[in-house]
Amino acid sequence: MVIEKDLVIIGGGSAGLAAANAAYDSGVKSILIVEKGPFLGGILNQCIHNGFGLHEFKEELTGTEFFTRLTVESEKRGIEYRLNSFVTKIGEDKSVYYTNKEEGYVRVKAKAIIMSAGCYERNAGAIGIPGDRPAGVITAGQAQLYMNEYGYLVGKKVFILGSGDIGLIMARRMSLEGAKVLGVAEIMPYSNGLNRNIVQCLEDYGIPLYLHHTVSHVWGKSHLEKIEISEVNDALQPIKGTEQVFECDTLLLSIGLIPYNNLLNQLGLPTSRSRGAWVNEHMETKMDGVFSCGNVLHVHDLADNVVAEAKVAGKAAALYLQNKLPRHEELILVEPGDGVGYTVPCEIDLENAEEKIPVKFRVRKPTKECYITYTFNGEVIKKIYKQTIIPSEMEIDPIPKDLFKGEKSGKLVVSLTPKEVK
Amino acid sequence: MFDIIIIGAGAIGSFLARTLSQYESNVLVLEKENDVGNVTSMANSAIVHSGYDPVPGTKKARFNVEGNRMFPEICEELDVSFRQIGSLTVAIEEKQLSVLKELAERGKKNGVPTKMLTAEEVLAMEPNITKDVKGALLCPTAGIVNPFTLTAHAMENAIDNGVKLHLGEAVKAIKKINGGFQVDTDVATYEAKVVINAAGLYSEEIAKMVEPISWKINPRKGEYYVLDHFRPGFVNHVLFPLPSEKGKGILVTSTTSDNYLVGPSSEFVDEKDDFSTDPLTLKDVRAQASLMVPNIPFPEQIRVFSGLRATPSTHDFIIEPAKKNPNFINVAGIESPGLVSSPAIAKYVVEELVSAVFPLKKKANWNPSVRKYIKPSEMKDEEREAFVKAHPEYGEMVCNCEQVSVGEIKDVLSRSLPCLTIKAVKKRTRAGFGKCQGGFCQPKVLMLLAEHYGISPLEILYDKEGSNILLKESK
Amino acid sequence: MTERDLICIMCPNGCHLHVDKGLNVTGNKCPRGVAYAKAEVTHPTRVVTSTVRINSKELRVCPVKTKDPIPKEKIFDIMAAIDQVHLKTPVHIGDVIIHDVCGTGIDVVATREILS
Repeated sequence: MVIEKDLVIIGGGSAGLAAANAAYDSGVKSILIVEKGPFLGGILNQCIHNGFGLHEFKEELTGTEFFTRLTVESEKRGIEYRLNSFVTKIGEDKSVYYTNKEEGYVRVKAKAIIMSAGCYERNAGAIGIPGDRPAGVITAGQAQLYMNEYGYLVGKKVFILGSGDIGLIMARRMSLEGAKVLGVAEIMPYSNGLNRNIVQCLEDYGIPLYLHHTVSHVWGKSHLEKIEISEVNDALQPIKGTEQVFECDTLLLSIGLIPYNNLLNQLGLPTSRSRGAWVNEHMETKMDGVFSCGNVLHVHDLADNVVAEAKVAGKAAALYLQNKLPRHEELILVEPGDGVGYTVPCEIDLENAEEKIPVKFRVRKPTKECYITYTFNGEVIKKIYKQTIIPSEMEIDPIPKDLFKGEKSGKLVVSLTPKEVK
Repeated sequence: MFDIIIIGAGAIGSFLARTLSQYESNVLVLEKENDVGNVTSMANSAIVHSGYDPVPGTKKARFNVEGNRMFPEICEELDVSFRQIGSLTVAIEEKQLSVLKELAERGKKNGVPTKMLTAEEVLAMEPNITKDVKGALLCPTAGIVNPFTLTAHAMENAIDNGVKLHLGEAVKAIKKINGGFQVDTDVATYEAKVVINAAGLYSEEIAKMVEPISWKINPRKGEYYVLDHFRPGFVNHVLFPLPSEKGKGILVTSTTSDNYLVGPSSEFVDEKDDFSTDPLTLKDVRAQASLMVPNIPFPEQIRVFSGLRATPSTHDFIIEPAKKNPNFINVAGIESPGLVSSPAIAKYVVEELVSAVFPLKKKANWNPSVRKYIKPSEMKDEEREAFVKAHPEYGEMVCNCEQVSVGEIKDVLSRSLPCLTIKAVKKRTRAGFGKCQGGFCQPKVLMLLAEHYGISPLEILYDKEGSNILLKESK
Repeated sequence: MTERDLICIMCPNGCHLHVDKGLNVTGNKCPRGVAYAKAEVTHPTRVVTSTVRINSKELRVCPVKTKDPIPKEKIFDIMAAIDQVHLKTPVHIGDVIIHDVCGTGIDVVATREILS
């Protein structure tokens, strides 16, 4: 079956829904969202905790309430979607191929595409946890799905590796549902979660946080029986003599999220240090009319920020479809400098850019009393003082277009510089 | 009374079962695990070795070369992924070139075609190999195979042809009785005229149940890295360093699923159920592999694992009747090149050793093939569209990374070979083998298993008894 | 009132706050820290989110929350009350699942649309 659409959106989570709504409001009426799961809303279906929506809706919502607001908006606009539908590939001609039970194998001839398929969890395989291979070593997000949608607990005595927010939130959820959470080990000397989650998910339940510790061994022939944690040295290697053993049936892993960019790789499109697509200020990849936003582009800590980014992508797709987004030869490259992990965007087409260009990035490690310094072609054009800056919170700075003084090519470096000592 | 009982359903047991299923005989396979090919046959390099390496005149040399010749046809019949990509044994020092010549000579004696390549020729074939390469020995008949489906499909074919398989039954005792043996498992008691011991790591313990033996089986661990299918053609052949007394060395190869495999280490261990991995050992694997292929992208790592080789104290395969009991046949110590040798070993055991004690008559209606496995992700667009239209469940995806549909999972659940666990589904279909390691698909597979067997999701196992994923209803 | 050490959750600074017996707050970099610390020491509150059983074909459980923050010490009493509920579809966001849970004056409400 072959159908035609102006805009195909791959992934119907918060990014895909917000992008669809924004594109519609900018004049695109022929839109199809292709969602692999059984519901719209993506990962927020299993995020039953609160803390969402403070920016976007100016009130505190749960993840499920947050995505429902977005689906209500897309239903009002009559935006078409397919559930349980999986995109297998994107053709050079921007054909999107998807498969589902009802329609079989479908080719959609698209004029523009937004990739918003989210991310996946780093898992035991990726870090090669030392020791046995028992059941009971499971990613925190998967345990969250089993608990919050399927209604099952994966364990009764739990240890958590990694202090990412999902791990912390699961520590509280499992405690509330009757499991005993013995502790959280974090390999870095600082937590990777929000302070609020450290307080309300760990301290409230008396769960210890072991900073600069990792799991150095797991035991269990069929199911997990016990784990060993060790303090680590500066090279993050376990220190002999610091071992502590915990008997537990479950080890939850909250050790990072990675953009799920299979389609990007198939197309051979360049990626950035975030492991998502290389995009410009309009979230457009190096392939004309193909955009990317949300966690498939770079992993966000707030769904509200995903929505803001997706709106940019949705509007940009509309501009592209209206032939109002030409490519220009001259580009400003955006590079992460000292202390900065990656940036979004990776390049700026100044002729297309709006008055303020949001530059997003994450720092590599927590830093106190420092400047974020923007250096354009060797000259500092902006400097912002920060009392504290941490990797777990994405920074967003709107850079005024006039700072570039009409210079349309060159290199913008974002770096962290220490406060000068007087 | 059964005619023949096979103890063990690894590659050897499964090919024995398939080979015997060609004859009028009443065969039972007893397997202590809850799936076939769940120990040594599952965790190895999955190489179909050419056979240049074993010492001429050994059983290893004979069955390797014979087995290699059987593989193309067998994999066609059993619908198993197999690619004859050839192997390169790589010299990275000048003095190693003379060893390559000796290996070529050995290959000649074993009947294996080889070709010496210059450094330039090697680099043209393998651009990612070290620039220090001095030359290599090409063995075009070497290949790679999917080891999971090889064993499973051989057993499925055997069952389709009348063999019985009992999973989850460990043999506890064997007694001599009139006209054969009584075999006691932890579940039941059986009798058979002939017993074949293909119990892998535990073949020593099984053999001793019948009479004293002079050999031992020592578990020798190999640890590996698996990398994602990030880019086809990173390496194009099975790349070996020069062999040593520890084995064929740490290889770098692609797999039939376009992943890359780096390993194995080689260490004797004390326990036959120690499948743990160790960071220092793996670091060494990485260092050694990097000598041959310097820029292996280890950040693409999706898993590490270990397997245990059933290493015999005799240094060669043990394929012979027990000294005082010609109708008890030991097939033991099948370490590398065991996988490639398995069909040839099975043929020899059946035609030479079983036939000596049990009259074999070929069946008229033996079917050598399994029902074709359907993989929509490998079809051309038009073909896929038509197929999925007619078979809607093949349109609903379960595993995103490896593109496995509900239809493919229901297919393996409905076959004659039992598929009881999440891991069994993974081995048959590849659902869960990708970079998210089941992060997305495991819940769906779990629910499909629960639905198929009509049991609670709490009862679904990941692998062995006790490996339940879900421990309690949250409400 | 006993002395308490707290980590402020109002911003990424995460100030280490100290509250003395006289409810004086030190260690804060801004006034929000004082307000947070005083509230946390005198009447700490939390929103509880959990799930309840539902007879839906697609989901075994329906997510719920306390409509407003409840006193922290009531968390496990409220969980016990939530555990007793068994819902029937359809359920809409905001439907009251438990009225005035554990005498807090606060309702437990559904946070997801589950129609069938």
